[in-house]
Amino acid sequence: MAINLKVNGASRSVPAEPDTPLIYVLRNDLELNGAKFGCGLAQCGACTVLVDGKAVRSCVTPISTVTTSEITTIESLGSLEKPHALQRAFIEEQAAQCGYCINGMIMSAKELLDRNPRPTEQDVRAALAGNLCRCGTHNRIVRAVLRAAQASGRTRT
Amino acid sequence: MTSPAVNRREFAAGFGAIVIAFSLDPKLARGQERLPGSLENNRRLDAWIRINADGSATIFTGKVELGQGILTALAQIAAEELDLPLSRIEMISGDTGRTPNEGHTDGSRSIENSGTALRIAAAEVRAILIDLAAKRLGATADQLTLAEGIVTAPGGRKLGYGELAAAVDLRREATAKVEPKTASKYKIVGKSVQRLDIPAKVSGGATYVHDIRLPGMLHGRVVRPPRYGAKLETINEAAVRTMPGVVAVVRDGSFVGVIAGREEQAIKARAALSGDSRWSGGTELPDTGKVYEQLLSLRTVDTVASEKRASARPSGARVVEATYRKPYLAHASMGPSCALAEFRDGSLTIWSHTQGVFPLRQDLARSLQIDPAQIRCIFAEGAGCYGRNGHDDVALDAALLARAVPGRPVRVQWMRDDEFAWEPYGSAMVMKAQGAVADGRIVDWSYELWSGPHGVRPGAPDGSNLFASWSLAQPQKRPLARNIPLPAGGSDRNAIPGYELPNHKIINHFIPEMPVWVSSLRTLGAYANVFAVESFMDELASAAGADPVSFRLAHLSDPRARAVIEAVAKKVGWKNSKTSDGVRGRGIGFARYKNLASYVAVVAEVEVDRDSGKIHVPRATAAVDAGLIVNPDGLTNQIEGGIIQSVSWTLKEEVRFDQGGVLARDWQSYPILTMPEAPIVDVELINRPNERSLGAGEASLGPAAAAVVNAVAKATGRRIRDLPLTPARVKASLR
Repeated sequence: MAINLKVNGASRSVPAEPDTPLIYVLRNDLELNGAKFGCGLAQCGACTVLVDGKAVRSCVTPISTVTTSEITTIESLGSLEKPHALQRAFIEEQAAQCGYCINGMIMSAKELLDRNPRPTEQDVRAALAGNLCRCGTHNRIVRAVLRAAQASGRTRT
Repeated sequence: MTSPAVNRREFAAGFGAIVIAFSLDPKLARGQERLPGSLENNRRLDAWIRINADGSATIFTGKVELGQGILTALAQIAAEELDLPLSRIEMISGDTGRTPNEGHTDGSRSIENSGTALRIAAAEVRAILIDLAAKRLGATADQLTLAEGIVTAPGGRKLGYGELAAAVDLRREATAKVEPKTASKYKIVGKSVQRLDIPAKVSGGATYVHDIRLPGMLHGRVVRPPRYGAKLETINEAAVRTMPGVVAVVRDGSFVGVIAGREEQAIKARAALSGDSRWSGGTELPDTGKVYEQLLSLRTVDTVASEKRASARPSGARVVEATYRKPYLAHASMGPSCALAEFRDGSLTIWSHTQGVFPLRQDLARSLQIDPAQIRCIFAEGAGCYGRNGHDDVALDAALLARAVPGRPVRVQWMRDDEFAWEPYGSAMVMKAQGAVADGRIVDWSYELWSGPHGVRPGAPDGSNLFASWSLAQPQKRPLARNIPLPAGGSDRNAIPGYELPNHKIINHFIPEMPVWVSSLRTLGAYANVFAVESFMDELASAAGADPVSFRLAHLSDPRARAVIEAVAKKVGWKNSKTSDGVRGRGIGFARYKNLASYVAVVAEVEVDRDSGKIHVPRATAAVDAGLIVNPDGLTNQIEGGIIQSVSWTLKEEVRFDQGGVLARDWQSYPILTMPEAPIVDVELINRPNERSLGAGEASLGPAAAAVVNAVAKATGRRIRDLPLTPARVKASLR
């Protein structure tokens, strides 16, 4: 059967069962690499996307529950040529080692900055508490989010 | 610049099974001169470097990107010696059809081996290009200047590498007679350049093996037994075959898996297959409480790693004894292991995040009983592996499934519980130390360790080290595990302290056959040995009434070892305080990794919550000497990462078992350090541009563990000798 979804501003029809976790549709049908399979249990955050602006774990989100929602993935934030402030800040801080968790870090940070444009370091750490990193890049990630917040602040004022 | 990440064109190139004509493994004639680094076994210049018609260079390396930034550092070395901007270097890595065979990317050896080969080969290629340009320009080589791939003659006439590309013949052995640049001439090496792989990683670019999509690709999943070595009795194949999307159920001996059109269909079929399967036999695992008892009861191969006896123990010396224990640890990669396989016309192509495409090809060939020449293994990045995790095993899983559907590529990704329960762990270890101090000096030191093997990887002389191969209908032999010899060592890595110990004996009780599947986890035995040796140094310092920093310096003559300890002590303002408030403490740990690579000293600060037993590490400070630094920020990133990973291992991590099997199944049963818990890390680099580069990727983990444990002992006055420092252990120590 086909289900309609709105992903990164475009309507997409996907041939998947309603209980299919969103991550498989994003990765396999829509060929979006950003969301990563980490656990399938909503424990690690690697698969994070925004659903109506809220950071959700796409590995446990059945597509039937998001048919009327705006789904946003990291691909729509920016590109290599025109990176989003968060993406630029992650590059400037060299805030990745293997990088597998970084999609989730950036999407969770996006949700944070959207509701709190001037977070403290503690705010950032708390907002990313459910996103695991195994390489030990934690401090660079925090610095990158704070840098992006500062950069966005400069753009706004 | 072309991203070193494998792109779609390269994925597709696998189908043609392109075999490049240069010899990847030349037979070494007797009497040949030794060549530096990995040139020794890959002697031809064209194995490493190609000059392209557009003036760029393509660099081939057998070392692979594991998230440690190695391709960027190797590109810097090649660009420097070729006098090309970094943007005109393309990196090709880890492909049995295209790159040199450099074995495994492990042991913090890539800069030392591949970097050295590239430095020497690129210097020689540059000289060849200049000679060629001199002939064309009617000048002598010393009259020419070279910058950014353009050769300029005295009259101003110019020739670019691109114009020389067609005439340059690199089908020759390296001579290693061309001197590479001296460090004072470096423009690219030694600079913190941005990593080549990060832009794609922050923007959803196709970066990982997990992201490869091939035309007609199917999805596979495997069903593992309930226990090691269990035999598959029955599965309900018929019921699973009729599930939506299922293409095949594949069984070979006790290996079983399923292939489906869609990934979520394969996952559902796996669950059904798993629920309906019956298994018998297999190894019973020890209860977590009996792990060490069992370890000490196993058959060992005993060797004396080092022994010296200069004098008898003076009477009146204070004797100290301690036993330290380190549990089984999981690599716990963020991304479950993944591989793609395709059989076509009798040939197999594998895309894998293995640490060694050539050794993997060998074990795949044995397991599948086909000619290695019929297999091409292409590396594509995975999530950080930190050693030999499931990456090699899933490649065989994918091949076994793909064999059932020739012409169709099959992508297999393990589920989270597969990854936790079926990766080979870092071995549990026990370390017993006895020492004596008199007049502020260590007058005796004896140390024994018990450990399973660490280097259990593909590429052994016989058999196969791929998990599924042991339970096929025609099973492969499990190779005899051997310890990695000293000086690098395996289980005894860093068991010999770097201190001056005129009387010492170090014994390695190596356990070749383990009840638990173990292999290489970052640092091998060094994490446990440095934890034990450096804990014991503090215990001896305490017995001698000495300050831990002064006590270490008093037993160290190597000026570079002293320098990192002095630097970190200065950076934190180390003071010898005899008292503590019972909550806060500071500790130091030091080691030279493998006793031959980077020097690292770490000071950790801890805060102990005496009610909950929870330890917080607010800050860790490190000083590092890695010789000539190629990419300072890259090195800092590795040292920081190692420290945070080590704090996670040290405070939280332990693979637990009961008789039903492995209890680590997810991030709740195997928690790791979270963002709010991670310490701030300060790193001071001591650059030594005139010394050779030393491996550093694994160098900070042992010292960081010791620093934390010593800090806790300082804070509470009670020493904990069993890892991890769980709240329960901390509270028990305070009673």
